[in-house]
Amino acid sequence: MTTTLETQEAKRSHSDTRPLLLEVQDLKVEFNIRGGVVKAVDGLTFDVKRGQTMGIIGESGCGKSVTARAILRMIPKPGKITGGRILYYRRPRHPKPGEEDKVEVIDVTKLDPDGEVIRQIRGGEIAMIFQEPMSSLTPVYTAGTHINEAVTLHRLLPIKKLGEQMAEHIMAYRHVTKEEARAIAVEMLRRVGIPKPEQRVDSYPHQLSGGQRQRVMIAIALSTEPAMLIADEPTTALDVSIEAQILDLMRDLQRTTNMAIMFITHNLGVIASMADEIVVMYMGKQVERAKVVDLFYNPKHPYTKALLQSVPRLGPKTGQRLASIEGMVPDPLNLPTGCVFHPRCPAFMAGKCDKIVPRWTQVGENHWVRCLLYEE
Amino acid sequence: MAVAAAPAVPAKRKELSQSYWSLVWYRFKKNKLGVLGGIVLIVLYISFALIPEFLAPYALENRSQFVEAPPTAIQLFDEQGRFQAPFVYGLERRVDVAKRLRTWVPDTDRKYPVRLFVQGDEYQLLGLIPMNIHLFGIDADPREARIFLLGADALGRDYLTRILYGGRLSLLIGLIGQFLTIVLGMTLGVISGYYGGPVDMFVQRFTEFLAAFPNIPLFMALSAAIPNYWSPIAVYFMLTIILAFLGWGGLARQVRGLVLSLREREYALAAKSFGASDLRIMFRHLLPGTTSHVIVIATLSIPGMILAETALSWLGLGLRPPLTSWGTLLQDAATIRAIRFTPWLLWVVPPILITIFAYNMLGDGLRDAMDPYSGRG
Amino acid sequence: MVNYIIRRIGYALILLVLVSFVSFAIIELPPGDYLTQKIEQLRARGDRSAEQQVERLRKRYGLDKPFLERYVNWATNFLRGDFGESFEYERPVSEILGARLGYTVILAIATTVFTWALAIPLGVYSAVKQYSLGDQIISVISFIGLGMPGFLLALIVLYFAVILFNMEVVGLFSPEYERAPWSLGKVLDLLNHLWLPALISAITGIGGLVRIMRGNLLDTLGQPFVEAARARGLKNRTVIWKHAVRIAINPLITILGSDVFPSIVVGSSLVAIVLNLPTIGPVFVDSLRKLDMYLAGTCIVFLTFMLLVGNLVADLLLAWVDPRIRLD
Ligand SMILES: Nc1ncnc2c1ncn2[C@@H]1O[C@H](COP(=O)(O)OP(=O)(O)OP(=O)(O)O)[C@@H](O)[C@H]1O
Ligand SMILES: [Mg+2]
Repeated sequence: MTTTLETQEAKRSHSDTRPLLLEVQDLKVEFNIRGGVVKAVDGLTFDVKRGQTMGIIGESGCGKSVTARAILRMIPKPGKITGGRILYYRRPRHPKPGEEDKVEVIDVTKLDPDGEVIRQIRGGEIAMIFQEPMSSLTPVYTAGTHINEAVTLHRLLPIKKLGEQMAEHIMAYRHVTKEEARAIAVEMLRRVGIPKPEQRVDSYPHQLSGGQRQRVMIAIALSTEPAMLIADEPTTALDVSIEAQILDLMRDLQRTTNMAIMFITHNLGVIASMADEIVVMYMGKQVERAKVVDLFYNPKHPYTKALLQSVPRLGPKTGQRLASIEGMVPDPLNLPTGCVFHPRCPAFMAGKCDKIVPRWTQVGENHWVRCLLYEE
Repeated sequence: MAVAAAPAVPAKRKELSQSYWSLVWYRFKKNKLGVLGGIVLIVLYISFALIPEFLAPYALENRSQFVEAPPTAIQLFDEQGRFQAPFVYGLERRVDVAKRLRTWVPDTDRKYPVRLFVQGDEYQLLGLIPMNIHLFGIDADPREARIFLLGADALGRDYLTRILYGGRLSLLIGLIGQFLTIVLGMTLGVISGYYGGPVDMFVQRFTEFLAAFPNIPLFMALSAAIPNYWSPIAVYFMLTIILAFLGWGGLARQVRGLVLSLREREYALAAKSFGASDLRIMFRHLLPGTTSHVIVIATLSIPGMILAETALSWLGLGLRPPLTSWGTLLQDAATIRAIRFTPWLLWVVPPILITIFAYNMLGDGLRDAMDPYSGRG
Repeated sequence: MVNYIIRRIGYALILLVLVSFVSFAIIELPPGDYLTQKIEQLRARGDRSAEQQVERLRKRYGLDKPFLERYVNWATNFLRGDFGESFEYERPVSEILGARLGYTVILAIATTVFTWALAIPLGVYSAVKQYSLGDQIISVISFIGLGMPGFLLALIVLYFAVILFNMEVVGLFSPEYERAPWSLGKVLDLLNHLWLPALISAITGIGGLVRIMRGNLLDTLGQPFVEAARARGLKNRTVIWKHAVRIAINPLITILGSDVFPSIVVGSSLVAIVLNLPTIGPVFVDSLRKLDMYLAGTCIVFLTFMLLVGNLVADLLLAWVDPRIRLD
């Protein structure tokens, strides 16, 4: 398994040389509901490097959240991963001496969703924050309790031993004590910009504002020093000025921790200021993937172009939501033939787009698109 | 513009409500348990409330010498093991020396064929048609032999007959009591929701007080207070009224809430702007909006009422002889002595339970059909 | 919070006075009183001295005084622990009820414990394994339990005990312990007799609570904070019990105080009548039948008192477990 991956990695001509963290290959997720099968995610392929920010954008219902949940194996009930792989390049969080650079490749789709391994990954190595800050904290526990829970579960402290030449050797690890967990909680709250963290650590969710709660969520996520943060529309429920603060905070924290971020949003303005690379999704399918600059200045797919045209001005402060594009979003149970976007596409080619399923085509350096216009 | 829209409003509502009820009916039909509950209730009410005189082999108070006779077994084979038309044996007094008890044993020398549609005690079907035909019975002089499918009580009366007749009072007290509850609860609820103000205050405080009271002890005390020289009919209606007290507060509160939300809807406002009177708005426009809720609440609270009657009468605080209800029958059945020596008197329990479960099933089915998103828990 | 508790206790006391007054008035309602009944009885027996005897009793019980005076007398004596005298038994009410009060409380608490201890795990299982065979079985059982009145169930149990095992499951003690002083053996004997009535009385409440718990937990399991807890890497069991159940259970505490406990108190009184337990249930019903008003009034006040205490305890419990209420 490992060998095929290494070759694939080698084949790529990326200018980005940071090491791989996550590789999603041809992911398929289906919901078997009463009226039929919803292909919520259908053939998604992308990768995330350490320290990189990957943006995912698309209309409501296109499968963004399902993708995020698939990575943590948290797809709700009738849903199932029916194809593809999610490879996680795992580095030991608490390496024994000499094993600091060992990389283990885990196919997340093969894991037991309630098992030990995925639980270590969840929260500890890949943390996630959600759209609803108002209700993502359990109402009967304080902010500190939430952070403690994550910290005691995932964080071990090194037991250092002073070696011969003043060099410290990490011999073993131990669990965090109660006092240390509390200190970490206070420190995390301070870092996410909550005033008077020594008091706030004992606040219950109903005593915090929406912006503060989302900061607490970020503090919980970062308290375990994860390698990657999945942020599923973290600012959608907040108003514009708080949104800007939270985004600034996330950018700052990323710079200091070298954490990768998978940033999911409706909001083109937000993503332009956050992401290095962007995946555009439509009805469960990836229609375009490019560097943020390429995507904004040289969009290829008619859907991406339509999206961009519906945003008058870029910048995080516009607060511009994804305006609706002409035509109806198709019924997910009854997708159009050929290219799923063809009924709404301004560049529709009769007899072609409604018959042939477009392939995933490379159109530039690290720029891919799924559209018949770009197939020879 | 407004004038043109006026006729459209009621027409559209009618259409809407028609399709709503047909949708409810469609969803209800798919709920097997609910439909089963409904069918069982129809059968129960027909046989116990409408025509018990015809189904029972004897008249309610027809006593006999067969004191505490056990249930009669219907025989299909004679002593030689030959198949015969259904018949029963006569009964013979026997003294059980070991238990020091007198019992009845079959007398195999006397056989009486079981017949359908036999002539017997006179009665008036539905209180109108004089008849003497009973669904089944035996071909014998009632002084000499009788059929007791569920045994006989301490006065030698057929217990099946008593259960059938007793069901009438018990089943109807639920319906009548619930009817009173609905009238009281809906009227006060609508008025209190529509007018607000002092009426609302009064209804609110009063229902709160009722809710805080330990209700069953209260009803026990109330029904104990019914003077014992009143006529049985008066006692029956008094008890019904007391039971109606149980539920109206809760119902009024629910209706009030619904009316509060309906009051501001377009059709109420539209009706108001056309100068409809308050009464008309309340009872033509607002009340129908609460129907589905009220039906569900009512269906689910009838069993509580039937049980309350049963329990009160069983405790000697409700109906009293000569009125016969399931509750008064329980009085004789629910003693250690009865369980030991005349256990068949407990046959009154299954009809009570069946009624309660049928109502609960029907109510659940109706609730799911009318409001599929509530109370699925 | 302290304010709130004081307010609640004040409210409960007012209600208690109101209830005692109303019940006193209700028992007073029917024309004639206990003694009128008594006269009739004595006359029927051909007792000549009936009138004088009754007149003497009437004086003794203060029945010749106006209603209000009698109520005030009774109520003020009540506070001193003197609940009046029973006509029927011609003994102080406190003497008649005596130990029965304790057993009533014990039975109600045991029933509540059973209700809670069975309903919560069943409801949780049902919700977590939604649509599984176990869930369906539990749903059917709780549906039956919900419709099954305790006193009829007690009757059915009694029937099977007598017919199948020739056992009379009545009373709270075996004959040898009935009059014995308290000892470990007696306590065990009590527990041995207590569990069945408690379980029977619990059945209706269990049926209702399981359904509510299942519904609440299903709602709660769909809440973002549950998903967030799972995304933190917690064990499934921790997510369910520490985060979901902890929240889903709060409304049940309210219901326990306002609906379930009252129906347990009343239901177990009826069960006690069937199973002939020495609680106040049988005495209460008997006193109502006989219009033995001080006895009946005391029983009602005591039952109401139990309900109010239950309600208060539930409120305090809720405030204790839910910071949203505690810190308001
Ligand atoms: N629990 C579920 N049961 C059935 N279908 C589901 C479920 N969750 C998601 N889906 C389906 O999966 C598809 C993608 O949903 P997803 O939540 O990923 O959308 P999204 O892109 O995150 O939208 P939004 O921007 O509104 O959050 C939708 O068509 C939806 O119908
Ligand atoms: Mg989403």
